[in-house]
Amino acid sequence: MQGQGRIGARLAQAVPTILLLSVIVFGLQQLMPGDPALIIAGEAAGDPHVVAQIRAHLHLDAPIALQYLRWLWGVLHGNLGYSWRLDEPVTALVAQKLPVTLQLSAMAFLFAVVIGVPAGVISAVKRDTVWDFIANGVGLFGLSIPTFWLGIVLILVVSVDLGWLPPSGYVPLMQDPLRSLATTIMPAFVLGNAIAATFMRHTRSAMLSAMEQDYVRTARAKGLSEPRVVLRHALRNALIPVVTLGGLQLGTLLSGAVLTEQVFGVPGFGKLVVDSVFNRDYPVIQGVVLVTGALYIALNLLTDLLYVLINPRLRAA
Amino acid sequence: MRKLLLALGLLCASLAPALAAPPTTLRIGLREDPDILDPTLSGSYVGRIVFAGMCDKLFDYNTKLEIVPQLATSYTYKDPTHLILHLRPGVLFQDGEKFDAAAVKATLERDLTMPGSLRRGQINDITSINVIDPLTVEIVLKQPDSPLLAQLAGRPGIMLAPKAIASEGRQFGLHPVCAGPFRFVSRVPQQKIVLEKFKRYWDAKAIHFDRLVYEPIVNSAVRLANLQSGALDLVEFIVPTDVAAVEKDPKLRIAMDDALGYLNVIFNVGNGPEAKTPIGEQAKLRRAFGLTLDRQALVNAVYKGLYAPVAQANAPSSRFYIPAIQPPKRNIAEAKKLIAETHVPTPIHLTLMVPNSPDLLQVAQIMQAMAAPAGFDVKIQATEFASALAAARAGQFQAFLIMWSGRADADGNMYSFLHSGYGFNYGHYDSPVVDKLLDESRIHQKLATRKAIYAKVFAQVNEDAPVIYLWAQKNIVGLKKSLLGFRQVPDGIIRVQGLHFAN
Repeated sequence: MQGQGRIGARLAQAVPTILLLSVIVFGLQQLMPGDPALIIAGEAAGDPHVVAQIRAHLHLDAPIALQYLRWLWGVLHGNLGYSWRLDEPVTALVAQKLPVTLQLSAMAFLFAVVIGVPAGVISAVKRDTVWDFIANGVGLFGLSIPTFWLGIVLILVVSVDLGWLPPSGYVPLMQDPLRSLATTIMPAFVLGNAIAATFMRHTRSAMLSAMEQDYVRTARAKGLSEPRVVLRHALRNALIPVVTLGGLQLGTLLSGAVLTEQVFGVPGFGKLVVDSVFNRDYPVIQGVVLVTGALYIALNLLTDLLYVLINPRLRAA
Repeated sequence: MRKLLLALGLLCASLAPALAAPPTTLRIGLREDPDILDPTLSGSYVGRIVFAGMCDKLFDYNTKLEIVPQLATSYTYKDPTHLILHLRPGVLFQDGEKFDAAAVKATLERDLTMPGSLRRGQINDITSINVIDPLTVEIVLKQPDSPLLAQLAGRPGIMLAPKAIASEGRQFGLHPVCAGPFRFVSRVPQQKIVLEKFKRYWDAKAIHFDRLVYEPIVNSAVRLANLQSGALDLVEFIVPTDVAAVEKDPKLRIAMDDALGYLNVIFNVGNGPEAKTPIGEQAKLRRAFGLTLDRQALVNAVYKGLYAPVAQANAPSSRFYIPAIQPPKRNIAEAKKLIAETHVPTPIHLTLMVPNSPDLLQVAQIMQAMAAPAGFDVKIQATEFASALAAARAGQFQAFLIMWSGRADADGNMYSFLHSGYGFNYGHYDSPVVDKLLDESRIHQKLATRKAIYAKVFAQVNEDAPVIYLWAQKNIVGLKKSLLGFRQVPDGIIRVQGLHFAN
C-alpha cells in the first residue's frame, strides 16, 4: 500500500515535470538561430513570396505563447502535430522510431552489463593483479575511444574487408529477427562499449568498498566459499549504485545515441532529433523530447522499484 | 488426356513463381534524406533524384542538357505568350488513371494555387491552362517567359494523378502517384524509400529492375563502405577525396562529369548595417580580394583538382557557359594597387561566414592565407547551415561562402541571385543595368541572344563584384562495374531508364 502510494506520488510529480520540460524545449528552440521557412523552401527560397507563404501556413508569425498553446492543446488530444519537413504525423514518426531505439538500447545495455559488471567484479576481487590491469585497460579503452571512430573502423573491417555484417541500415525485429540482429549488433556493441567501461569502473569501486565491510568479513569467518561471499554478499550490496547508474545510462541511451545512429544509419530517436534540429522541424523536436522525457521519468521510477527488490531494508522504509 | 493436360497446366502454373527470375533490386545511396515526396511542396535536391525514379515530367534533359520529350512529345509557341503542348498518348498514372490534358491542367493549377507551393514562383507567369483536346494543352502566359520550358523539365513539369491529388490533398506526399517507371511502396524516414516497377509504364522496356530502393546515408565514409561491401549498387555522390578508393576497387567504377553547381562568395553590399564596411561599399576592394585567390590551387588542395575554376554562374557543362569569361589569375601586385586606389588603410577586415562543413572550412582557411599578403585580415565565422541562411537573409554577414546546386537554364542560376529584391540576392546587390538585362533575358527564346545578354550581365557583375564565382563542381557517381547503361546528365539526377546489370 505504502509502495503504491509512493508510485502514485512519483507519477503525480511527473506531470508538472513534463509540462515544464515542454515549455523549456519550446522556448529554447525559439532561441535557435535559423528560419524554418527558409529551410523548408530549400531550393525555392529565392522567391520571397514562397517563404512568406510558408511562414503564414505554419503560423510562424503568430505570438510564441499562442504557438505553444496550440501545440499543447493538440498534445492533450493525443496529437503531437505534423512534421513540417515530411508532412507526416509526429506520433507516427515516434511510433516508427521508438521500437528501433528500444531494441538498440536494450542490446547495447546487455553488452554493457555482460562486459562491464563481471569485469568490474574480477578487477576488484583480483585487485593489483594482471586481471585488474587488463580490466582497467579495457575500461580505459572503452571510455576514451570515440564512438564514431570505432564505428567506422568496425564497418571497414567487419563489413567491407570481411563481409560478415551489413555496414549500415536497419531491419525490424519482427520482420526478420536474424537480419535485424545482423544490422544492430555493431551499433549496439559500439554504444554498449562506452557504457560497459562506466559500469566496470563503478562496479569495481563499489565492490572494493563492499569487500572491506564487516558483513563480508563475517561471511568469510562463517566459512562460506569465496564465490559465495563475493556474489551473494558483496556484489548484491555493491549493485545498488550500479543499478542507479544503469537507470541513468538506459535513459541516456533512449534519448538517442546520436553519433552511433548517424554512423550506422540506424533510424532511431537520435538520428530523428539531429535531422529535425538541422531542418528546424520544431514539431518533431518537441514530440521526441516530450516522449523521451516521459520515458526517462518512467525509467527512474523503475530504478526506484529495483532498489526495493535488491535491498530488503528499503521495503520496510 | 484432357485431365492429364489440365494437371500438367496446374503444375506449371504452381511452379511458375518458383522458376521465374528472382526479383532484381537496384539500391541507390543518397547523401541526405529527402523532404516530403510531393513535387509541389518539395524543396530538397535529393528529392529530385527520388522523383526521377517515380515521376515522369513533361520534358527532360539529355546528357547535353538539351530539352527532350518525356510526357509531352512536342511543343510549339503560337506566339510568345501561348505555348501549345502535345502529349504522349497511352500513358497511365500508377493508379491506372489516364494521363491527358486535364491532368496537366490539374497539376499545374495545383502548383499555382496550393498554399505553401514551392513551385508557384517558377511558373507564375502562367495565367491559364486550357485543354484543347485530350492530348493537347495550351498554356497562356502573362508575358514571354523563356525559362518556362526548363521549368517544365524540372519539378513543375512532374505530372500527378488528378484523382490522387484530389483525395490525398496535403497528404499526397505520403502516397505519391505519378506516371513514372516505379510506383511508391513505402518510406521509413531517414532509412529508405522503396519503389516497385510499374508494369504499365509507357516506356517499360527501358526498365530492368523490379524494385528500386533509395537509402539516405549522410556520412560519406559510410556511404562509400556500403558501396564497397556491395550493400549499395550506386552512390549518387562520392566526395572527391574518396575517388581514389573507388577506382582502386576492382568491382567498382567512377562516373564523373561536369555538374551545374558552383561555389561563390557573396558580399553584403546593401543589406543592413553590415554592408557599411569598406569592402561592402567599394567594388575595388572586392575585386582586389578576388585577385588574391588562386582558384586552381584551392581546388587542388581541397578537391584533388577535380573541380573547374569559373568566373560565371553557369558551369562549363551548361549550354549557357561563355568560354570567353575566365577567372583572373592570382595577382597580388594588382590587388595591392586596387587597394591603394581606395585609400583604405590595411589591414582590411573581413568576416567570412562559412557553412560548417569540413571542405568549406578548408577552402576558407586557404582563402584566408591567400588574401593576407595583399592586406586582408579575414576572420572565418563557421556557422551551422540553417543559421547561416537565416543570418544571410537578415544581412548579418559581410561575406558568405555558399554553394548552389545549379540549374540547366541560366535563369535559375542568375535571376534570384543577382536581381534586386529576390531571396538569393543575400547581399542586396542592386544594379538597374543588371536588373534590366535579366528581365530582358526572359523575353528571348534564342540561346545565342540570351547568351549575349548574359555576357553583358557578367561583365557588369565582375566589375561590381557583389559575388566572386570560384568553381563549378563535378557529379561524381560511384557504381558497380556490373551496373551498365548509366547516363550521366550534368544536373546530377539519376535516370533509371536503361540501367541494368550485366548478365
